[in-house]
Amino acid sequence: MVNPANLADNQASSQPGTVDMMVNMGPQHPATHGVFRMELRVDGEQILDLVPHVGYLHRGSEKLCEHELYSQIITLFDRFDYISNFNNELVIVAAVEKLMGVEAPPRAELIRMIMCEFNRIASHMLFYGTFAIDMGAITPVLYNFRDREKIQALFESVSGARMMHNYFRVGGIKEDVGDDFVARALALCDDLERGIDETDRLLTVNEIFVERTVGIGVISGEDALDWGLSGPVLRASGVPYDVRVDEPYSHYDEMDFGVPVGSAGDCWDRFYLRILEARESISIIRQAIALMEPGDTMAQIRRIARPPAGEVYAHCENPRGDLGVYIVSDGGERPYRLKVRPPSFCNLQALRDLTVGHYIADVVVILGTLDIVLGEVDR
Amino acid sequence: MLNGLKGLGVTLRGALRSKVTAEYPKEHLPIDNRFMGFPALTWDAARDEPYCTGCIVCVRYCPTQCMSAQMQDNPKFAEGVSHRKKIIETFEINLGRCILCGICVDVCNFDAIEMSHEHERSERLRNANRVDLPTLLDMGRQYQAEVGWKQSKPNAASPNERAAAKAAVEATKAEETPENPETQAADDTDIPEKSGGDAA
Repeated sequence: MVNPANLADNQASSQPGTVDMMVNMGPQHPATHGVFRMELRVDGEQILDLVPHVGYLHRGSEKLCEHELYSQIITLFDRFDYISNFNNELVIVAAVEKLMGVEAPPRAELIRMIMCEFNRIASHMLFYGTFAIDMGAITPVLYNFRDREKIQALFESVSGARMMHNYFRVGGIKEDVGDDFVARALALCDDLERGIDETDRLLTVNEIFVERTVGIGVISGEDALDWGLSGPVLRASGVPYDVRVDEPYSHYDEMDFGVPVGSAGDCWDRFYLRILEARESISIIRQAIALMEPGDTMAQIRRIARPPAGEVYAHCENPRGDLGVYIVSDGGERPYRLKVRPPSFCNLQALRDLTVGHYIADVVVILGTLDIVLGEVDR
Repeated sequence: MLNGLKGLGVTLRGALRSKVTAEYPKEHLPIDNRFMGFPALTWDAARDEPYCTGCIVCVRYCPTQCMSAQMQDNPKFAEGVSHRKKIIETFEINLGRCILCGICVDVCNFDAIEMSHEHERSERLRNANRVDLPTLLDMGRQYQAEVGWKQSKPNAASPNERAAAKAAVEATKAEETPENPETQAADDTDIPEKSGGDAA
């Protein structure tokens, strides 16, 4: 754990006569949710400094995109944030559609929305479970995986895959949902509501849980905005910024849903906000299902998307925050340049500010509430 | 105290609930009809040959370049048994490289490739997942039997059936199937069948 080479460098110590210790956390640490390494400088149990090291999962996806057709890029986007694949597919599809001036038929848009919201719930469920594990509570993850499994079964019946769907297309979706989809989705909504309530009962006001999370990793709304945080992490600090409301895409402007906002900006707020958000997602799904009408699921466009020369930026609300894609097109069937604004990566920047002054055990809690996915951080 | 009892209550309910997991190698969860397993080649039982003509459109659109294929002149066309001038000679898919995206199925004009339900392929040799034409056809036949597969794209039908389908649907540019699969492969701006309209 201790790197002796670093010990010698630590001339500046907090107390006379003692030497600060350098602790490497990760990249194979289970609490880092992937291959992420933190270099902690600690005084006893207290964190003096933290240097995050990213890049262990770097696959050069943005560069790879330059060599792929737009239809093939969707498969790469599945693999950025591998917990919420549909939301990732939506943003690239939305960007290319914006550049081409194409609109997907209403039914396709609604199915996309429903899938994205289910995926948001699935992602948040994974968060509740792993976050509880970070603090030593083993049970909730089993309950949450049980419910997440049901969502994935629905995904399988719609897209044919549980995780890497490749279901959205530029101008629509791959194929219409099955006949039993509406009944299944509505039944699943009831199931998930029960599951979320269960997690809520198990964790939210649990004494140990509250002790471990309240007042830990506080960030103010202004600081959060300065760091460029987005998603639940930003909203927990009291900033009601949600792309779905502020710059509505799909049919979100027709939906009636609230944007939960926290007040303290601590770990408990960031956790509870996600519970509230999942409930809002269920309400969105129900409204979207009510709006669904039979119709086309694919706009009439050429099979090979060939957007005109130009550039476009599109962003959507991912479970983790504001996911943006910037495409420069030279008029060909492949993008000239593609840049992703990953919410996890931007949220990770605040990690040092959040952790300094807390104890080693709080690092995993704070990192847990940022809910990073390394596939997206490193790309 | 009260909280403790509540907790025990949750535990008790958990113990009485029916189990939600399956013990994997012994039990298999049901697979959905739409499940996308490894790609397989379909078999035209009516003409006793594969649907695949080796036009390599799937090879060209595969994001991972996991396939290779070669076509040959169809001897059955000379005999008058089949309407396919060309037929697949060799087809190899490196299933270890395949990412199960289904793009090959999307782009195929002949319904010749499908995502089968095959998903358990752990092998001891590195190259054992490079499967050849007979294996792919076997996987395809198994899949076809499993789901009661029917061809859905009119292009895959014989000329007579195609003419009937053509009369049924309004004749558009998209409906015209090039006789030579090679030109079909080169034409990458064609319109999807179901759109049935002009390029937007």
